[in-house]
Amino acid sequence: MDSLLTISGLTKSFGGVHATNDVNLEVAKNQLHAIIGPNGAGKTTLISQLSGTLRPDAGRITFEGRDITATPAYKRAGLGITRSFQITSLLSAMSVIENVALAVQARNKHSFRFVRAAHKISYLRDEAMRALEKVGLAHRAGENTAGLSHGEHRQMEIALALATNARLMLLDEPMAGLGPTESEKMIEILQGLKSTHTILLIEHDMDAVFALADQISVLVYGKIIATGTPDEIRSNVAVRHAYLGEE
Amino acid sequence: MDRKQMITLAVMAALLILPPLFIWTGYAFYLDLATRLVILAIAAVSLNLLLGYGGMASFGHAAFIGIGAYAVGIPAYHNTYGEFELVASYNGFFQIFLAVAITALFALITGIICLRTKGVYFIMITMAFAQMVFYLFISLEVYGGDDGLVIDTRSEFPLLNLDNPLHLYFFSFISLAAAMLIVRTIARSQFGMVLKGAMGNEERMIALGYNTYAYKLTAYVISGAMCGYAGALLGNFTTFISPEMMGWTRSGELMFMVILGGAGSTIGPVIGSGLFVLVEELLSSFTIYWHLPFGLMLILVVLLFRGGLLGLISGNSKSGGH
Repeated sequence: MDSLLTISGLTKSFGGVHATNDVNLEVAKNQLHAIIGPNGAGKTTLISQLSGTLRPDAGRITFEGRDITATPAYKRAGLGITRSFQITSLLSAMSVIENVALAVQARNKHSFRFVRAAHKISYLRDEAMRALEKVGLAHRAGENTAGLSHGEHRQMEIALALATNARLMLLDEPMAGLGPTESEKMIEILQGLKSTHTILLIEHDMDAVFALADQISVLVYGKIIATGTPDEIRSNVAVRHAYLGEE
Repeated sequence: MDRKQMITLAVMAALLILPPLFIWTGYAFYLDLATRLVILAIAAVSLNLLLGYGGMASFGHAAFIGIGAYAVGIPAYHNTYGEFELVASYNGFFQIFLAVAITALFALITGIICLRTKGVYFIMITMAFAQMVFYLFISLEVYGGDDGLVIDTRSEFPLLNLDNPLHLYFFSFISLAAAMLIVRTIARSQFGMVLKGAMGNEERMIALGYNTYAYKLTAYVISGAMCGYAGALLGNFTTFISPEMMGWTRSGELMFMVILGGAGSTIGPVIGSGLFVLVEELLSSFTIYWHLPFGLMLILVVLLFRGGLLGLISGNSKSGGH
């Protein structure tokens, strides 16, 4: 199995609390690896360390064989890691397509291009539309971002991650706050991405996780207590005890 | 063509046609007023690149005006009175080059530090740097200290005589049009989109892979250099250059102009400067306390009309925020 992302001995504490406690994890290429765990287990802290907004106290993060533990956030995105946000984080003053076009533009080495109007660059538009089609938002492209529903905002988050052409997508609770039909739609979108993208998914929605994941890791109090296929996790005694709440 | 573009063209057409009429009908004073307006508008346009498209509320832009003006005054001074042969010159190209280069460098050095902060801290630190320059020039006795410096020869250009008020006016007007075009082009470019993105949600832009700091710093340098250019023009206009040109109130006035007229638009800062110059002229003829009604007016515009006066007249204003 070809590993895209390797995390070893990752540790991060806030005061006396170990938010991340000696986490070891391998994410294989073109797999959907889900991380589940109760509230406060340190899932978002983990994502923040992987995307570079938080610096770990100890441990190593390796992406495509390169040590990125100390690489700043914006450079990690350039290397091919993108993240979505648990709390929707978009450019609400811009239109839907402008948001996604900015993500496409981020593929360029730099954007110190001062002359041509961005909206006239067909490559940015076309690629943005492609990403929007994949999440089913093409018909909303010209709308004001602020005018979209919460569910559509969650889909935009995925479109932005897609548009960067990242090889690893860190998705932080894409289902957060979605109703049943919206959740179904999101599962469908992620199902479509699975075969072509490597995804590290953090999610509370167990139906979604067990439907989508190739591998699941269970994070409790900053520690990974089990990793395995959905079937293995379902039957793992320690997991049932600690997390799924069964005797 | 939408309404904003029509307003832009109308304002620029008025600025092109009215001032010559003033002088031909014997109201030379109003040409002076228009020249001041246009030069301050260039400074406001430069600030708008930061404030309107980058969300950076620089409270130190007066320093760029002052440095730009002294870049005209000091070479002229030495050309008249000798010493410091290296910079002594009346040549306009040289003086303007000096103004732009030094303000760009000053913007780069101070920007590297200022842009590590945000919000109120950014406002305070930009103001602190401007005050530093202000007191530096006050302490420079050679150039008159706080009494300032009178230049007896304006910048010299081929085919152009800045002593002729109409020449000076049109030179400033064309400069303003160019500045507006530059800022408009930048704002719509890929660079401009990144800048606007960083204003709206910096965390998201970093997550997408943008080193927002570098983009903001670049905008800061462009803005500073453009404002320095405006300062060189202002020095030529007043022919009297003193630290007072870069007092902190001047920085505040530039912010007024941008916000009052409409930040983040091409013509907004020009409308703001126009209103500022006119209101200053009108109110100050009634009372020396003209800042008070002016301040009240500004508060009303900010509270009632998002997008400033341009928002109001172009019908794009939403009252209140969300």
